[in-house]
Amino acid sequence: MTVAKRTFDAVIVGAGGAGLRAALQLAEAGMKTAVLTKVFPTRSHTVAAQGGVAASLGNSTEDNWHWHMYDTVKGSDWLGDQDAIEFMCRKANEVVVELEHYGMPFDRTDSGKIYQRPFGGHSQNYGQMPVSRSCAAADRTGHAMLHALYQRNVRANTQFFVEWMALDLIRDADGHVLGVTALEMETGEVSIFHAKATIFATGGAGRIYHSSTNAFINTGDGVGMAARAGIPLEDMEFWQFHPTGVAGAGVLITEGVRGEGGILRNASGERFMERYAPNLKDLASRDVVSRAMTTEINEGRGCGPDKDYVLLDITHLAPETIMKRLPGIREIAIQFAGVDPIKEPIPVVPTCHYQMGGIPTNYKGQVVVPKGDDPNAPVVGFYAAGECACASVHGANRLGTNSLLDLLVFGKSSGETVVEDIQSGNLALRPLPADAADAALARIARLESQKNGESVFDVGLEMRRTMQKHAGVFRFDALLKEGVAKILEVAERAERTEIGDKSKVWNTARVEALELDNLIEVAKATMVSAEARKESRGAHVRDDAPDTPECPNGRNDKEWLKHTLWYSEGNRLAYKPVNLNPLNEGTEPIALAKRTY
Amino acid sequence: MTKRSVQFKIYRYDPDKDEKPYMQDITVELEPSDKKLLDALVRLKGKDDSLSFRRSCREGVCGSDAMNINGKNGLACLTAIDDLPQPVVLRPLPGLPVIRDLIVDMTQFFKQYHSIKPYLINDNPPPERERLQSPEDREELNGLYECILCACCSTACPSFWWNPDKFVGPAGLLAAYRFLADTRDEATSERLDNLEDPYRLFRCHSIMNCVDVCPKGLNPTRAIGKIKDMMVARAV
Repeated sequence: MTVAKRTFDAVIVGAGGAGLRAALQLAEAGMKTAVLTKVFPTRSHTVAAQGGVAASLGNSTEDNWHWHMYDTVKGSDWLGDQDAIEFMCRKANEVVVELEHYGMPFDRTDSGKIYQRPFGGHSQNYGQMPVSRSCAAADRTGHAMLHALYQRNVRANTQFFVEWMALDLIRDADGHVLGVTALEMETGEVSIFHAKATIFATGGAGRIYHSSTNAFINTGDGVGMAARAGIPLEDMEFWQFHPTGVAGAGVLITEGVRGEGGILRNASGERFMERYAPNLKDLASRDVVSRAMTTEINEGRGCGPDKDYVLLDITHLAPETIMKRLPGIREIAIQFAGVDPIKEPIPVVPTCHYQMGGIPTNYKGQVVVPKGDDPNAPVVGFYAAGECACASVHGANRLGTNSLLDLLVFGKSSGETVVEDIQSGNLALRPLPADAADAALARIARLESQKNGESVFDVGLEMRRTMQKHAGVFRFDALLKEGVAKILEVAERAERTEIGDKSKVWNTARVEALELDNLIEVAKATMVSAEARKESRGAHVRDDAPDTPECPNGRNDKEWLKHTLWYSEGNRLAYKPVNLNPLNEGTEPIALAKRTY
Repeated sequence: MTKRSVQFKIYRYDPDKDEKPYMQDITVELEPSDKKLLDALVRLKGKDDSLSFRRSCREGVCGSDAMNINGKNGLACLTAIDDLPQPVVLRPLPGLPVIRDLIVDMTQFFKQYHSIKPYLINDNPPPERERLQSPEDREELNGLYECILCACCSTACPSFWWNPDKFVGPAGLLAAYRFLADTRDEATSERLDNLEDPYRLFRCHSIMNCVDVCPKGLNPTRAIGKIKDMMVARAV
């Protein structure tokens, strides 16, 4: 097979919020940039974000970035790196205001400023009372943001390669990153994208779980490619289960519903969050609310014939408020739950939503790996931002509205770093090794020739069921151990997938088989990292790590205040320290404490 | 909902092996959890992996899975399977070149969208904070900014079928009005000049097919009417 080669200053993989924000930085600096995307940019999953983007603008309640930083560190259960968190919270106003200048249609306050609503885990004055920090465009914030970013890129003349799937990362003998191989879906051709800098902005892999709010395209392609190329994955045991996915359908119902006054109720109509989080109640952090709901269901207080969901109630809100602030939610509830939330509560269950871990980066967007004594040595030519990356700002649990902020801040900073590195002459175009395309071509050739293989559909289903059963909201040692054995079995089956469709043209069977390779890397990383972490922290809660005076909420800082690193090769684990020091000298670190809401 | 089987008639064409397109009769057994047409298509693909269609968010916000369903354009993920008369006839969106099966080449559609300069134009140096906009002025953008670029509307429009290279089409014109209606945008006369043409705007004859099919309940015809009003207003 002949492989065409294209050369750029930078190649960005992914055109969701992070990729588009990075692309703007490069296009406006005049860099020759290629943006590769599996779907037309406005179809990326950022489009599905609903409730808002965090920034301490203080448009309706007093606020500042120190409070935001405190909430984020506490939300992360102290696993987030405080330098990156400070950087993100300080940059929030700038990147949100920029977006408004690009034309994003934010809702407005009476004085014409950006409208802000309360959100889970966000507070005034270090945890005292809820704050309105979520900048929103009704309940379609992600859609409005993604379109505004795409539109700005149209203006900047960014060069897109639409419906191209990146296959594998290209590294040379020194480990420097030189670009990617990619498949053009329409023709089935494989090309090399050779570049001085490669930015991954490929999003998460929520499709490893059976019940997920994520789009079909969220298959962890960048994370999988990085793992296969020898980059370790950080903190993959931490997955966010969003409290309110529509029961049975998985479709997301924004936390903004509770921000506008929505209440969770069990079968007897009780507002049960008052028992679990007396202060913030329904607006406690997502991991806390999801566990409370699961406990209610497990203890027989769930609703419906099978007592397997709880109710999200907004029937007490004025219909005008619902129509104005939550119009999309009403549509979703009618479409996917069959209820009009103006009249009836919505059946909801905790649903896999967000990958806190990912490709390890620093706050500049550089991918970092342990090398000698340095746990965070940058990989030359490699950058990552957004959900595929782990900066780490979310640590063990992400706060709502911090994901849209993450992709803006780190999309921009990774773009800025690339521009600096190229302009300063630190990044040259290195010669491609002769075997640059071999890994990708071998995967495709294997698929072409596989006989008596496994069905992609069946193996994918087995993976999703295994993850759901063995690495869910609550985790148990025996289930995790069994889960590791099972997922390795599934991974072996995935090496023998076979497709019936051999067409060169728009072969979605081939694409799904290649995606499964990426999902499997993520699933293995998750299960193995989770089995090993013998404590409860944030979204990772084990029954054998209970609340004690030495280990508040089961969190064991003495032994486990560290980041996990999982290497695909050898399926092995390593660890690196958490950065508890903020970026600037004048900033007070947020001291370790027990997490209550 | 119980197990039940659904009959389909699906447009198939793989240029790599088929001389010409054909309609395939196929039946699929659904699981109780399969509620939307997209669920059924995913189930079908599990049986025959060569069936090709685009899909992503499965909740009606990404705009990937637009197709012609029993003669009417719509999104597979928002169409309840049990409401559809059988056999369910699926074709690619009309008026655009077919690449394979239910996948069409959307180049022309996006070219028209790009032609209206779909981005805010305001060359004044931006203030340090947000530009102010009253809630009433912001309200003007409702019903405009929510478009998901699925192309259901433009590919239901005869004027777009006849002149896809000259007529902007309902989706592009809705976007044009979204920027004309935005108090922060300062390119009103440039935007109107761009549309003052016998084809670009004026091929719309208000037959409202676009309104009938829009899966988001938007009204491109009304937006087009407002652009026409602005044209008239500036002529007098």
